[in-house]
Amino acid sequence: MENFTPITSFIGGLLIGVSTSMLILFMGKIAGISGIVASLLQFKNTPKGHYMWRLLFIAGLLISSTVYQVFSPLPAPEISASTTTLIVAGLLVGFGTKMGSGCTSGHGVCGLSRLSLRSLIATISFMFTGFVVCYLMLHVV
Amino acid sequence: MKNIITFSAGLIFGLGLIISGMTNPSKVIGFLDLAGKWDPSLAFVMLGAIAVAFFAFRKAESKGTTIFDETIHLPAKTHITKELIIGSMLFGAGWALAGFCPGPAIVALGAGYLQALIFVIAMLAGMAAHEYLYKK
Repeated sequence: MENFTPITSFIGGLLIGVSTSMLILFMGKIAGISGIVASLLQFKNTPKGHYMWRLLFIAGLLISSTVYQVFSPLPAPEISASTTTLIVAGLLVGFGTKMGSGCTSGHGVCGLSRLSLRSLIATISFMFTGFVVCYLMLHVV
Repeated sequence: MKNIITFSAGLIFGLGLIISGMTNPSKVIGFLDLAGKWDPSLAFVMLGAIAVAFFAFRKAESKGTTIFDETIHLPAKTHITKELIIGSMLFGAGWALAGFCPGPAIVALGAGYLQALIFVIAMLAGMAAHEYLYKK
């Protein structure tokens, strides 16, 4: 457990909670990243203002590492997946979140905060599958 | 004003992901690896986020409108469908394979990591594929 970081992880979580709260209280929107991204791929019959807030939110995400670096060196992500694995994983994440209407943010944070049964079932489904696939990947294959 | 709030929300979300460790795929995989040297840190991310957001959603739902007196858009679906479960399972599999979920992948893309770019392009393709197969 030498990598155990409950305090920084909790603080990071609080910030995610603050962001989610800003979006629902000021904008009336759900901070579900997969949904926000997927909606940017819709080009037909989109209402006025469909793109603006989504693009701004994504822009904030994209710039966050640069802002972080102003204060502290950016922790380098350790990515062990091969290019092929990244492609397969990306396809699964894109297809799966669209089919299941959400990801870790939409179901895991927003949905559980709203006490949504649908999101609880979704969160259990992706967590359980994540545990199983991780076991297979690291200890079986 | 609203544009500044939305952009700031994205920025704060991204900073939260970086500080929490969610943007490090090996940390995500360490969290999912129950049988290995399990690192439960990321459970604290969800705890922290829900500890704040729970109250925001209660406030939003009791008030019914935003601070600017505008409509709140909450998901209307309530049924547990096979799409919900199968889709979430597919997502969970992809999440474990690469250690990326959508938010952290976009943050890592912003930091200029080629692997994140590959993942995000594949993710967009996966979303587009679903849109194409299940055209309404």
